[in-house]
Amino acid sequence: MTFQPIKFYQTGSFVVGNRLLGENLRTVQSDIARSDSLTLGHRACQGCGEALGARYALDAAMRATGNKILATNATGCLEVFTTPYPETSWQIPWLHSVFGNTAAVATGMAAALRVKGREDIRVVAQAGDGGTEDIGFGCLSGMFERNDDVLFICYDNQAYMNTGVQRSGATPPAVRTATTEAVGSHPGNVFGQGKNLPQIAMAHEIPYVATATVAELHDLEAKVEKAMSMRGARYLHILVPCPLGWGSDPSATIKIARLAKETGLFPVFEAESGEVTGVSKIRHRLPVESYLSEQRRYAHLFKPVENREVLDRIQAMADRNVRRFGLLEEEVANNTPREQ
Amino acid sequence: MLEQIEGSRAVAKAVALCRPEVVCAYPISPQTHIVEALGVLVKTGELSPCEFINVESEFAAMSVAIGASATGGRAYTATASQGLLFMIEAIYNAAGLGLPIVMTLANRAIGAPINIWNDHSDAMAVRDSGWIQLFAETNQDAVDLHIQAFRLAEEISMPVMVCMDGFILTHAVEEVDTPSQGQVDAFLPKFVPRQVLDVDDPVSIGAMVGPEAFSEVRYLAHAKQLQAKEKIPGISREFELIFGHPAGGLVNGYRLENADTVVVAMGSLLGTIKDAVDDLAEEGKKVGVLGITTFRPFPLEEVYAYLSEARRVVTIEKAFAVGMGGILATDVATSLNRVRIDQYSVIAGLGGRAITKASVRSLLEDAIDDRLEPLTFLDLDHELVEREITRMRESKRSGPTAENLIRDAQLKKFSRTQRDG
Ligand SMILES: Cc1ncc(C[n+]2csc(CCOP(=O)(O)OP(=O)(O)O)c2C)c(N)n1
Ligand code: SF4
Ligand SMILES: [Mg+2]
Repeated sequence: MTFQPIKFYQTGSFVVGNRLLGENLRTVQSDIARSDSLTLGHRACQGCGEALGARYALDAAMRATGNKILATNATGCLEVFTTPYPETSWQIPWLHSVFGNTAAVATGMAAALRVKGREDIRVVAQAGDGGTEDIGFGCLSGMFERNDDVLFICYDNQAYMNTGVQRSGATPPAVRTATTEAVGSHPGNVFGQGKNLPQIAMAHEIPYVATATVAELHDLEAKVEKAMSMRGARYLHILVPCPLGWGSDPSATIKIARLAKETGLFPVFEAESGEVTGVSKIRHRLPVESYLSEQRRYAHLFKPVENREVLDRIQAMADRNVRRFGLLEEEVANNTPREQ
Repeated sequence: MLEQIEGSRAVAKAVALCRPEVVCAYPISPQTHIVEALGVLVKTGELSPCEFINVESEFAAMSVAIGASATGGRAYTATASQGLLFMIEAIYNAAGLGLPIVMTLANRAIGAPINIWNDHSDAMAVRDSGWIQLFAETNQDAVDLHIQAFRLAEEISMPVMVCMDGFILTHAVEEVDTPSQGQVDAFLPKFVPRQVLDVDDPVSIGAMVGPEAFSEVRYLAHAKQLQAKEKIPGISREFELIFGHPAGGLVNGYRLENADTVVVAMGSLLGTIKDAVDDLAEEGKKVGVLGITTFRPFPLEEVYAYLSEARRVVTIEKAFAVGMGGILATDVATSLNRVRIDQYSVIAGLGGRAITKASVRSLLEDAIDDRLEPLTFLDLDHELVEREITRMRESKRSGPTAENLIRDAQLKKFSRTQRDG
């Protein structure tokens, strides 16, 4: 390959700016002809990462399929803030059934399309981390195992936000939620394995598994596009900061999502048929405190006294991710822009 | 075509003739033979195009049906008992969304204690969900009701549950007139969904509704049931024209003319009751039977019309509201609240206990002589019950009831054989 490894990073944020890229590399969101699948008028909080993630993902899926998408949605913030009667923010065919059955509903949608010979129309299922990892897990695993033609997207804000910020299977250690309060000798959520859904999805050996954050628009859209170019069960896990539940500034949503990746706490990677095929390298490695200190859900780790022991344990988690996924740049980098 | 066939297989054939596009299956006795037979029909290509989906739970089965139906596919599944309870959130959802899914319920008891045999506790657990509930008396009924179920479901855009007694019907081999594809096609038009996920005309299905319109949406579900009540007799008449024999309807009367005493019941139990009533009639007793074919919507007016001249009504049912009494009996009482008629509620056949003609007969004799209690548990072993009540009174830690009762029952049987042998 003869290209020059130029990196169009913005200073400070390390973002690849749209304006620095060729027209064909620009994001769907920057396209005036984007579908606006999820249009304005919804009632998400200011700075809601989930609203942003859904909009990016669905518009990208719409573009990838020539606007032939049926979407389904678990109960949760996304469902509630987009459809308070008599309004709906969805400009695409959209179905909400209940909290825990989204993957199965999607299976049914895909089955009906197959019978009708309309496999040109594709199905996207969406749920929060609770609707994915906890209550929806049985149906999700069944859908994976049958390899149904569904893209399942988890908008991971690491707790049950819609019911008022309670702990889910995706809530990280030490986080304060309404059911893991920052009291007692071990404030916040317990340290444990948690549920690593992307890896559990990989264990099903489905064609495609990827993680992404709302900070990296190009990466997220490219993964949606790739997912839509494939058939079978595909899983996309998007980290979506929640200003309300995380106690973060609404204007800091993108920054926090980026810090989750740059600290190594949220590995961004993709996998095909159970094998990791690509990793987004950390550009500018930062200690976990830079991420944690932006969020009041971790405030008890810093005040009234710094809890070094817990901070070290969280740093160790990040370090393990870095080792496990090879998140650091090689000395001699030779990356295409896609592999930022 | 007349053939000797197992109830489950006859139903599978009938369902296949209705050309379902998505069939989802999760096994539970006594429903298994139905979905197994459908699986074969799909695999051999006899039922095509159709997606047969092996799901991981009943909750998923109903959810797959929801997704398929909302995408314009004719969807079918079958379950029983614990399976029905496992899918109950999706049961309510399907009705709330107004999706015309058809489901067979192979009626079975609900645990604990776990029990695979027949009663109607499962159907009663979802009677308020918004689903239409039809009850088959025979396997012929089961076949015919399924064909009518698809028609009804799609005409009013509501889900329909066909209840057939587990084992008693599902596993019984008897003569059934299975219809031809031509007959079914003449009776059941192509599915035109009232609402559908369509890329050319996007809608949101399942949006949130607050107090401003929730009552109205719920009222409309009720209105649809009332609409079903009006349509069912017409669908039944049309069915008879095409298939050549009567089936369905709201209620079915037997020997009702001049009957002083009328027995009300649902499902296969009606056969035993009719036999007992025939015997009583030979002895000059004026006893008739009213079978409820459509339990939801409940045919209040029709029940009134058939029962208002009777002196007494005996409702025999295979389920009850714990702490209250008969469920069907309560609905019958609502029908009759304008008239003074002696009403007896009888709970029978729970967890598969055989309801014998002799028991029904002596029960009816008691009723005719006005010796029956208002609420009776047919053939209840009072000795067993008393023993456990005493045990619970005497010791706080009296142990698990199910185990205690089984041991007592064994002991009783043993001492009887000792005595007799
Ligand atoms: C069966 C059931 N249990 C509980 C709830 C209550 N509930 C609704 S949304 C929700 C939280 C959703 O959390 P998540 O899936 O993470 O989505 P988020 O709101 O965080 O985006 C809960 C617990 C429900 N609707 N249904
Ligand atoms: S609570 Fe969080 S996820 Fe829900 S709308 Fe607000 S910011 Fe978004
Ligand atoms: Mg969440």
